[in-house]
Amino acid sequence: MKKIIALLLAVVMVFALCACAGGAKKDDGVISVGIINNDPNESGYRTANDKDMKETFTAENGYAAEFFYSLKNEEQIAAAQKFVQDEVDYLLISAAGTAGWDTVLKDAQDAGIKVILFDRTIDADPSLYEASIVSDMAKEGQTAVDWLAGQGLDAYNVIHIQGVMGSAAQIGRTGALDTMVAENDNWNLVTQQTAEWNAETAQQIVQGVIDSGAEFNVIYAENDDMAKGAVAALDKANISHGVDGDVIIMGFDCNKWALEELLAGNWNYDGQCNPFQADYIDTIIKDLEAGKAPAEKVVIMDEKGFDAATITQEDVDQYGI
Amino acid sequence: MSAPTITNQKSFLSRIGAALMSLVRRQIFIPIAALVVLIVFNLIADPSFFAIKIGPNSAGDMVLSGYLITILDNASELVILAIGMTLVTAASGGQDISVGSAIAIAGSVTLRILCGTNSRPEVLQAPIIVAFLVCCVVAMLFGAFNGALVAYLKIQPMVATLILFTAGRSIAAWINNNELPIISDAAFGYYGNFIPGIPVPTPIFIAIACMIAIFLVLKFTNLGLYTQSVGINAASSRLNGLNPEQVKFMTYVILGLCVAVAGFIKVSRFSTINYSVVAKDIEMDAILAVALGGNALSGGKFNMGASILGAYVIQFLTTTLFKFNVVSTALPAYKAVVVIILVVLSAPAVKEKFGELRKRMASRKTAKEAEAV
Amino acid sequence: MQDGAILKMRGICKYFPGVKALEEVDFTLRAGEIHALMGENGAGKSTLIKVLTGVYGKDAGEIHLIGHDGPINIKSPQDAQNAGISTVYQEITLCPNLTVAENMYIGRTKGAITNWKKINADSQKLLDSLGIPAKSTQQLASCSIAVQQMIAIARAVDMECKVLILDEPTSSLDEQEVAKLFRLMLDLKQRGVGIIFVTHFLDQVYEVSDRITVLRDGKLVGEFIIEDLPRVKLVSKMLGKDLDDLSDIKSESDTAAVDESSVPVLEAEQLASMAGIKPFDFRIYKGEVNGFTGLLGSGRSECVRAIFGADKTTGGTVKMNGKEVKINKPIDAMKQGIGYLPEDRKRDGIVGDLSVRENIILALQVMKGFFKPFTRAQAEAFADEYIKLLDIKTASSDTPIKSLSGGNQQKVILARWLLTNPNYLILDEPTRGIDIGTKIDIQKLVLKLAAQGKSITFISSETDEMLRTCSRLVVMRDRKVVGELKGEDLTQSKIMTTIAGGDNQ
Repeated sequence: MKKIIALLLAVVMVFALCACAGGAKKDDGVISVGIINNDPNESGYRTANDKDMKETFTAENGYAAEFFYSLKNEEQIAAAQKFVQDEVDYLLISAAGTAGWDTVLKDAQDAGIKVILFDRTIDADPSLYEASIVSDMAKEGQTAVDWLAGQGLDAYNVIHIQGVMGSAAQIGRTGALDTMVAENDNWNLVTQQTAEWNAETAQQIVQGVIDSGAEFNVIYAENDDMAKGAVAALDKANISHGVDGDVIIMGFDCNKWALEELLAGNWNYDGQCNPFQADYIDTIIKDLEAGKAPAEKVVIMDEKGFDAATITQEDVDQYGI
Repeated sequence: MSAPTITNQKSFLSRIGAALMSLVRRQIFIPIAALVVLIVFNLIADPSFFAIKIGPNSAGDMVLSGYLITILDNASELVILAIGMTLVTAASGGQDISVGSAIAIAGSVTLRILCGTNSRPEVLQAPIIVAFLVCCVVAMLFGAFNGALVAYLKIQPMVATLILFTAGRSIAAWINNNELPIISDAAFGYYGNFIPGIPVPTPIFIAIACMIAIFLVLKFTNLGLYTQSVGINAASSRLNGLNPEQVKFMTYVILGLCVAVAGFIKVSRFSTINYSVVAKDIEMDAILAVALGGNALSGGKFNMGASILGAYVIQFLTTTLFKFNVVSTALPAYKAVVVIILVVLSAPAVKEKFGELRKRMASRKTAKEAEAV
Repeated sequence: MQDGAILKMRGICKYFPGVKALEEVDFTLRAGEIHALMGENGAGKSTLIKVLTGVYGKDAGEIHLIGHDGPINIKSPQDAQNAGISTVYQEITLCPNLTVAENMYIGRTKGAITNWKKINADSQKLLDSLGIPAKSTQQLASCSIAVQQMIAIARAVDMECKVLILDEPTSSLDEQEVAKLFRLMLDLKQRGVGIIFVTHFLDQVYEVSDRITVLRDGKLVGEFIIEDLPRVKLVSKMLGKDLDDLSDIKSESDTAAVDESSVPVLEAEQLASMAGIKPFDFRIYKGEVNGFTGLLGSGRSECVRAIFGADKTTGGTVKMNGKEVKINKPIDAMKQGIGYLPEDRKRDGIVGDLSVRENIILALQVMKGFFKPFTRAQAEAFADEYIKLLDIKTASSDTPIKSLSGGNQQKVILARWLLTNPNYLILDEPTRGIDIGTKIDIQKLVLKLAAQGKSITFISSETDEMLRTCSRLVVMRDRKVVGELKGEDLTQSKIMTTIAGGDNQ
């Protein structure tokens, strides 16, 4: 009896997993695209990115899209190989890792399949792909730091909460701040630690600074979750924050709830990391179908930074993910 | 006149010595020693580490704050998991590495019940207690799934739980249709933060309640005897009328309950969830807590108190590292060094060496005493 | 070294916390002799062997080995092996999931490259020459325990040792296999190997040994040439007192009268199990002691395991006191008042890391139920009662059972079942690997229990032991019951002919 229950449980689980999979089949007369992406559950950013892709590459828009998700580079390459065998028209890749893609991209080229990279770049000869659409994380960081510098504080005592060390977002968003702190005497890092994108760890880090009694007036968190964690620690200690508060709160990614915090004046700044690449890709594909080469090989997306003082409800609705 | 005093003093000292000796031999010595080292280190580096202040939070309630409070508060989930992990380790001789993913599921279920179909509800769609109970049931079902694989299909625990470890966070996201539920009702936040009027973080109370519960269960049932017996020798246990499969299965279900409580606290802390990072790597800390408690990861005898203390030591270490502003990139290295030291200290070979050393010292002491006489 | 000695141990001392395991023990082994090392459990035999093989470090004393100047320091089993001291332990210490050849060569191959073809061929040659029925490429676990034991010996022999230690090598071998082993030992003796032979079987000592060294309580009693030491003297030297006359027991057994017209306590009809025994009938009456006998592997243990529900039954009925009962698993049997002391103490009996106390109360506790644990005081009282009753030698009831000697472990398991106060107690090899004193204690206890009206099934590899205690014997051959003996038929020769089968008569 117990074995049966065990088996049943196993079967239920397998179904639960299968329910998440599935995708469109190739159809004649439409443009078939194979889309390789990271797991949409990885972050809110990825969820929005995947949703955007799914909404753009639909049958109504003349596409037959098949999706593959993995956070592992090898699995993605294997999936690419399969898409090449299936002879899709376009291969859209958001690579998990930068290395190891040459062979499969060459195969794609030989098979006449056009490759477009989105969100992430790879270490391969640019001739192997048509275009890449990326965020410039360093620019995101620079925009944010420029905004902060524009606040005109006498002294900047910054709690810097980093993302997973070594990730593109972390490197880009850390770089601008590090440079600023190194160049200006009135900019100090009270602490600089990684919370690995985790709200709770961020809360502990900020809690630690509060417990130590150190002075600070800026929290520069490299994503919204961590900014949220930091704010929770401030609330616990009754330290005011946001517009007219003692501490400036900065986040990244423009989650909808984060922009709402801005709108309410609880936070000061949120930097966008634009997940909406599907439109760019769509344009490029349409151009290629019409026989036009893409205007630029590397497309850097527009990314905004929102200030609590100027943000509007329309911004929240339009840019919140 | 003075002679008796001296002997008294001597016997008093030697009694303390003997007590220390017996403590060293006890299993709980390792986490206690680790804790003492951390406390002494912090005391020397910065005595204010131990200061506890009281002040209002942003809601105007008086709350306690300070490093010690932070440690006790943030260790709560780990302590609760360590309880279940200890039992699973004892009975099945392996560890459940899916607890982090399972917490994501438990938290997701809680939010789903509270939010209903709208991910940003103005009012709660169900009483919190209902959400908690459903969360418990679901987490225990997933625990049962792991337990069934381990106990009845005889898959190695790490391999069996690898399934949920891999799939759990996706399942958690799927439960909420990949949306990000946020609860605006302040009452839900009480469980992960403060109840108005009570200056101590609620998770500390929940952890204490769990400790009392497991203490009572171990005292008033045969859970301890059964799990240890099955973990040490399943064949022999069976011939003594036990059902080893059932006992192993049961421990995974209990761990499921622990996961539910921990997951509930986790989502309550922020009234929301991030499927990919919530309780990330907590399974490793939970396993480490068990190891730090001097319990054999290969199963068998266990000491629940030592595991719980081990969990607090881990949080103590984490907070200490945060306090000393260790460079982010070096953080894992520091933790690894501490882990290596602790694990080496608790290795049987090293223990044996210590035992010999102790014996030699003891014999030298008796020799000296003999000379003195 | 003088007088042909190849190994001299002088003034060896070894202390464990609170115990002097060895005190000033001397031991001398000469080339080409078989030297029995005798003593009760806990006398220090195993400790002496472990000191010699580097498992334990010694606290005092010297070891001299031929070919070495001055005392040698053996720090590990590897050291011992390199010095030419090989050991075959009582419990098989090979790797069950490797092949026979791999087991014979494990840890001995030099360099990174291993020629498995050659090793397989070499092992096969050695196995054949020793008459061991195993293939070198076969997985060890698929061999019977007896064959595994012989392979362990073959491994030791192949290492060209000067000193071969056999620690209870015969306890899991049947008579034919023992004979084969003895031929091998005598052959090695001819070649000049010194053999240290540790065993409980007196007959075997007198069959092959040249000399006997007797230990008692960690001290040397003396070294004797076999002709100078008759059995009775040996036993009294081991016990340190005059032995109770064995015939005392027999007279007690006459008091147990069995009423065969009554309803049997347990009656099995056409019982069969997954373990592959042929369906068998069995019954036992109140106050009766009966037994299963047969060669090793004839299905004796499988029969009682089927009765106890330890192996899944595949057919047949069981009646307790005339009422049909379903026994699917051990707890069912326990609830019917059946107790079972299993054959393999280490694997199925003890729960090693648990204390003596917990081991004693385990079965009763499980019967009482999950939600009704005994209080500490109750458990202590039970443990103390049985430690006293069975004279279990343990530092305290808190001591882990694994640190007790084999005989005392067995007494703990016995205590566990006595505590459940069973109507029917199955004892499968309760005296294996146990010293003579305890053996007699257990036999006496069995008869005492029967006199109190309990039914007991007693299984032993030693036929004389069964003849002394049982009033009826079920004889097995090839997993089948082939006969039942009682009354005047209960003789050694009758058992032999029944086991051997019809065509020999």
